[in-house]
Amino acid sequence: MALSRALGPRPAAAPGRPRPAAVTRTGRTLAPYGFLAPFFVLFTAFGLYPLLYTAYVSLHRVELQTSQQMDWLGLQNYVRLFQDPYFWNALRNTFTIGVLSTVPQLLMALGLAHLLNYRLRGRTFFRVAMLMPYATSVAAATLVFAQLFGHDYGLINWLLHQAGLDPVDWQANTVASQIGVSTVVTWRWTGYNALIYLAGMQAIPMELYESAAIDGATRLQQFRHVTVPGLRPTIVFTVIVSTIGATQLFGEPLMYEGNSGGGVSHQYQTLGLYMYQQGWTFFHLGRAAAVAWVMFLLIVVLALLNAAVAARRNRTDR
Amino acid sequence: MALVDSRPAPPVVPSRPATRRARRRRSTLQGGPLAYGVLAAATVLSVLPFYWTLVAASRTNAELSSATPALTPGPNLFHNIAAALQQADIGTALWNSLIVSTTVTAGVVLSSTLAGFAFAKLRFRGRRLLLAVTVGTMMIPPQLGVIPLFMIIVRLGLQDRLPAVILPALVSAFGVFFMRQYLVQALPDELVEAGRVDGASYTRIFASIVLPVARPAMAVLGMLTFMATWNDFFWPIVALSSQNPTVQVALHSLGEGYVPDQSIIMAGTLVGTLPVLLVFVLLGRQIVGGIMQGAVKG
Repeated sequence: MALSRALGPRPAAAPGRPRPAAVTRTGRTLAPYGFLAPFFVLFTAFGLYPLLYTAYVSLHRVELQTSQQMDWLGLQNYVRLFQDPYFWNALRNTFTIGVLSTVPQLLMALGLAHLLNYRLRGRTFFRVAMLMPYATSVAAATLVFAQLFGHDYGLINWLLHQAGLDPVDWQANTVASQIGVSTVVTWRWTGYNALIYLAGMQAIPMELYESAAIDGATRLQQFRHVTVPGLRPTIVFTVIVSTIGATQLFGEPLMYEGNSGGGVSHQYQTLGLYMYQQGWTFFHLGRAAAVAWVMFLLIVVLALLNAAVAARRNRTDR
Repeated sequence: MALVDSRPAPPVVPSRPATRRARRRRSTLQGGPLAYGVLAAATVLSVLPFYWTLVAASRTNAELSSATPALTPGPNLFHNIAAALQQADIGTALWNSLIVSTTVTAGVVLSSTLAGFAFAKLRFRGRRLLLAVTVGTMMIPPQLGVIPLFMIIVRLGLQDRLPAVILPALVSAFGVFFMRQYLVQALPDELVEAGRVDGASYTRIFASIVLPVARPAMAVLGMLTFMATWNDFFWPIVALSSQNPTVQVALHSLGEGYVPDQSIIMAGTLVGTLPVLLVFVLLGRQIVGGIMQGAVKG
């Protein structure tokens, strides 16, 4: 490997002057590749290659038990996919759960970041506390929330009861169960996004606030006209990343009741979960690959859409 | 490519360490009671589910299925943990997760520092292209490659064995980019040049110049990688069975209803979360700093 060649001969103990030629030229030329080799060998084998190969798999019949055997199908996996009402159901759910989780998550994060940016006692404590959900896994968080959202003995319905309200069926009801799933996502990621926003806010020059204050802008106006525009690149970044996260949502709906159907009537089955069900519950790896590819195209479209909106807003501002 | 259940941290842009002065200058707005009130409420909401896990894990199933739920911890914590360890094989799972997380962390930190150094400071043919490929794939969800990856693992006969979750995660495109961004800033060209003039090999330069400079970023990357690997869900579920689980796989089988007792499920959840929570409580400040440092600075 190049790395060993990069070692080159050790510089001979030439008395007096240093010898730049001690390390051979070839060693110098090849050394960079040696440094890259560990990363790129594994990256190519387990990252890039599978990424590209998915498209090829999606054009074949491949079953889980006999995954070495591939029969050419052309676009048939896709045709079947588009004829399957559960696929459209999953697509719709991915969208609604995505909106239900991403929008409140980012809005709350923005507000919290603004508050964290104040001069506060115990600032570090608040930051660490708010990031704590980030330290839990999807599985753990969802198990806990599934219990909190329990119909008969869940803490949330108990609280509703104390407040004199009727219990909500957080499992079977479509909207309620989607809110339940979204809550897990929101809980885990709000603090993380708040910190990203906070970092962005700290890069906004203080002078802008000062001159806004001199012009008589209230705090709210300062937030609207100084903070939010200054944060635009950060906001675009979090929107894109959260959108990608929402498109792939898998663990939360899987663990919410513990099956790959996404609820008795698939009321919160997402595309990610649908793909897992096709591949590892129904054993159709080829069809699952087609779902993966659709998810990818969806992400590309959403990312481009985000970028276009961001570009347009930038233009109108100027 | 790390198949890790975490969102990519944002592009690291020249991380000028926030100096004390700059920080003071930043926060001239004094927080009022309202700010404290809202932040306190948000803190409670962030921490409450942890508290409730502890409550539920230390009660009996009967107590949890009563009309008035228990709101304080009970006496059954250790009994429930013992039951969880036995029923879902959480003991094996903890050990497996520890092996996987430490190996992956070491691999990611090392491979990222090596490649990050090359991208940051060395000139070679194909540099731009390779970097573009690395960064470009960061935005592509790992789930897209899961099916062929699964087929590779089956072909290698690694299904249900730990290397199946270790091997694909040993390198991370994000890690490489993170280290590159850090080293571009933190490692002066003159330092590398001086080493070169003195006739040191690149390996020597790496060991005695790059590594010491990179240490803070390696620590941050290590912490984030450990947490993400410990919490990784999708790929372990696909590659491992409940016979040889990581903690997340074991929690999944708890959730599937293999164990009907809610208090035992919560005890398992607690045990599975505790190690990473411990890391977090000890290093929380640095983790917060690391995430904020990785942010886009507008």
